[in-house]
Amino acid sequence: MDLEILIENVLNAVTAGITIGCIYGLMCIGLGLIFGIMRIVNFAQGELLMLGMFASFYLVSEGRVLSFLGPYWGPFIGAMCAAPLLFSGGALLHKFLISRVSGLRTVGSLDEGHFGQLVVTLGISLILQNGGQILFGSTPVAVRTPLSSEAFLIGPLYHGATVFLNKAKLVAFFVAILAAVVLYVTLEYTRLGKALRAAADNPTAATYMGIDVDRAYRIAFGLGCGITAVAGGLMATYISFTPFVGFDYVIIMYSGVVLGGMGSIFGAFWGGVTVGFVQQFSALILPPQLQNAAIFVVFLMIVLLRPQGLFGRSAERA
Amino acid sequence: MRQGAGPHLRRNLTVLAVVSVVYLVVAMFVTNSYYQLILTLVPVWALFGVSWNILSGYGGQLSFGHASFFGIGAYTVTLSVIYWGLSPWLGIPLGMVIGGLAAIAIGFPTFRLRGHYFALSMLAYPLAILYVMQYLGFQEVSMPMQRENGFRFMEFSEPRIYTLLAVLLLVGGVVVSLIIENSRFGLALLAIRQNELAAEAAGINARLWKMRSLVVSGMLGAVAGGFYARVLLVVTPDSVFGMLVSAQAVVVTLFGGVASVWGPVIGAAILVPLAETLQAELGTYLPGIQGVVYGIAIIAIMLLSPDGLFWTVRDRLFRREAPRGVSDVGPAAEPAALPPPTRRASAPAAGPLLQVEGLSRAFGGLRAVSEVSFSVTEGEILGIIGPNGAGKTTLFNVLNGVLTADEGAARLDGQAMLGRKTFEVCRMGVGRTFQVVRSFPRLPVLDNVIVGAYGAGLSDREAIAEAVRALHQVGLHDRSGVAAGQLTNKQLRLMELARALAGNPRLLLLDETLAGLGREECDDVLGVLARVRAQGVTICIIEHTMHAMMRLADRFVVLDHGRVLATGLPRVVVEDTSVIEAYLGKKWLARRDA
Repeated sequence: MDLEILIENVLNAVTAGITIGCIYGLMCIGLGLIFGIMRIVNFAQGELLMLGMFASFYLVSEGRVLSFLGPYWGPFIGAMCAAPLLFSGGALLHKFLISRVSGLRTVGSLDEGHFGQLVVTLGISLILQNGGQILFGSTPVAVRTPLSSEAFLIGPLYHGATVFLNKAKLVAFFVAILAAVVLYVTLEYTRLGKALRAAADNPTAATYMGIDVDRAYRIAFGLGCGITAVAGGLMATYISFTPFVGFDYVIIMYSGVVLGGMGSIFGAFWGGVTVGFVQQFSALILPPQLQNAAIFVVFLMIVLLRPQGLFGRSAERA
Repeated sequence: MRQGAGPHLRRNLTVLAVVSVVYLVVAMFVTNSYYQLILTLVPVWALFGVSWNILSGYGGQLSFGHASFFGIGAYTVTLSVIYWGLSPWLGIPLGMVIGGLAAIAIGFPTFRLRGHYFALSMLAYPLAILYVMQYLGFQEVSMPMQRENGFRFMEFSEPRIYTLLAVLLLVGGVVVSLIIENSRFGLALLAIRQNELAAEAAGINARLWKMRSLVVSGMLGAVAGGFYARVLLVVTPDSVFGMLVSAQAVVVTLFGGVASVWGPVIGAAILVPLAETLQAELGTYLPGIQGVVYGIAIIAIMLLSPDGLFWTVRDRLFRREAPRGVSDVGPAAEPAALPPPTRRASAPAAGPLLQVEGLSRAFGGLRAVSEVSFSVTEGEILGIIGPNGAGKTTLFNVLNGVLTADEGAARLDGQAMLGRKTFEVCRMGVGRTFQVVRSFPRLPVLDNVIVGAYGAGLSDREAIAEAVRALHQVGLHDRSGVAAGQLTNKQLRLMELARALAGNPRLLLLDETLAGLGREECDDVLGVLARVRAQGVTICIIEHTMHAMMRLADRFVVLDHGRVLATGLPRVVVEDTSVIEAYLGKKWLARRDA
């Protein structure tokens, strides 16, 4: 009897881990892209996720711009529409704020400008979070779709175990995979992707080769914001959120990015998937309040125990 | 105390006394209870900023999770009243102890990380504690009222007494901060912030100083949190462990002036009343306005005056090239009256001073240093030459503990060198300079050199005397008050040499000291090196400039692909065909022989 429940729980944790993990993966790509190309730790990434959620919310539920698409297609199209919005927002943020403390301006300065970048992105995070409270209020909202309360039932499988596949999460999962593939193809096979990777590898050399590094960074930052916003829009279909939601996810994002090896953009995806698994499995044994604490502990363990994947001292020449 | 600390301390303490008295007098005339609360909160947040500044300002270890300590203080004070009936007069010191212990527990693993990783990991601690507190059911804990014996429980019906206490706590924090700034503690932190590896190579135990700064910082943070809980009476996880709390410390300090005692005070005095007033006036329509104001404040300050208000205003007012964090440095005194340098007791060497045997170090498949053996006798100058990528710098890095060796041994006067940390090797009497000069660019030259003297464990007076002597020895004494960032390449090289000499080394490892110097500059430096050698210091020098090496070195060790290709007298080595082949290629050799 207990065994049956256990098997059912484990199977459900696995499926939820895969679906949620891939959405986390997409979210992590956004942060990983910004870090991988610009070497900036963007503190405000959680708030960009939040903006993605609210963008989708206003397009679909509140503003009804996309309500003609119906409750089935609307939320997911809305999530995708968050991308261009946040891409422009990100590009503007970069143009007016981030570029002043990063890029070629800080090459060779005292700490490569890390101090300034962390502080400016912290400031952006504070403004977006609290400004969000002013604009959107602090009552939890959600993007309504009937899919979030429907599920495919698979089974009964072994020992009568049934797996529940939430339809909203399943569609979100496919959209996340699609977005990740599109980004992969763009970065690997297009001229733009090449320029971005060159700017990441050696900004000074890329400049000499005629690449507009500042523009490349602006696009990278915009892309990073847009990708995370899509993930936010997707998540908005199955969770409720407030302007402070970014905080719960920012550590998940960092865990994924660090786990995937900082600097590797698609490593971040797999890192996100892993974190999704850890979260779902910790739900089997831990009370709900401690699940987030468990992720922080995992994050600390990753950072502390896997230093070889991290840049820093080993790359330093004496 | 550091050089020039006396007048600096006296001036700052006077300012501190005047400011506190004026503040208190003004506070006595305020009767509106809301403004009284703000007047109490300003010193509390200033104290928390002071706490953050010690770790992140002076030491440069950026922490976004200082709320850990604030919250620990707040919960310790509140819970100890509730469960043990312990008065906050004792609860706050208890919070300090727990805050200090938490700092050790947090620092021990986290100081393995640097830069981004350190900042991010620090962020995770308060958030993890926040969730645990919620889980334990401490969502909202209120301080029980003790009307009977208010004083015993730090409970006053007169709110101005809280303001007085807050100011006293802040004065304590500022004094601690001043003492740190003006002692070797502060100099070590500033050096670590500007170049950690250089500080280690100069004998500074970076890990220990960072840990000390975190502990002091954690204790002060807990005091601020504990007192805050006493004043506000209600503690929730979000209000003491939340992100806005950590941000508050960062914001007030950066705004006011990072790595300055006055920074957090100025920042808190401006931002706390501003944010609180806006919150009170507009909070109903614009909830969260406080956070927006803080966000705008730090972005604006970062873009307009990245070091904070204090430094910008000071530079405007005094328009001098004042190195930050340091009082003026007059020209160094003549060392004539100083006793001759006390060389480490050099027992008549039975064997060689440095003995390297079978040393190897690989990076993945690349054997950068491979079974290298050589020895250096006392008083000798050994030249290490070889083509680029021959493993010369790696050899030095292994010898002074920057890198670990895969196998082999190295002994200084019979004592094993390998397996020690960089600063320990330095304290054995091994000085080091770097291929790319590693200075502390914002510190004056004299302080740069004093770091080396402190590293050797000298007392304050001795350290200053040794540093002055070392500067005279290399001929830089007239530049001692200038920030290192303004020196020319040759002066930087000499300063780095002086920093190594200030620790009274027996052996100097010099990595391309002549690189990038013109012919005449090169001759000057060679002259200095000859003088250093005449005083009995043994030197290993890596160098490419052959004409200089021929004049300087007694013996050569030639490295190629990590192996020792030849050893011997310069004349002999340069005629060696394998050496010529390694440097100039087989073709050249064939043509010469033809």
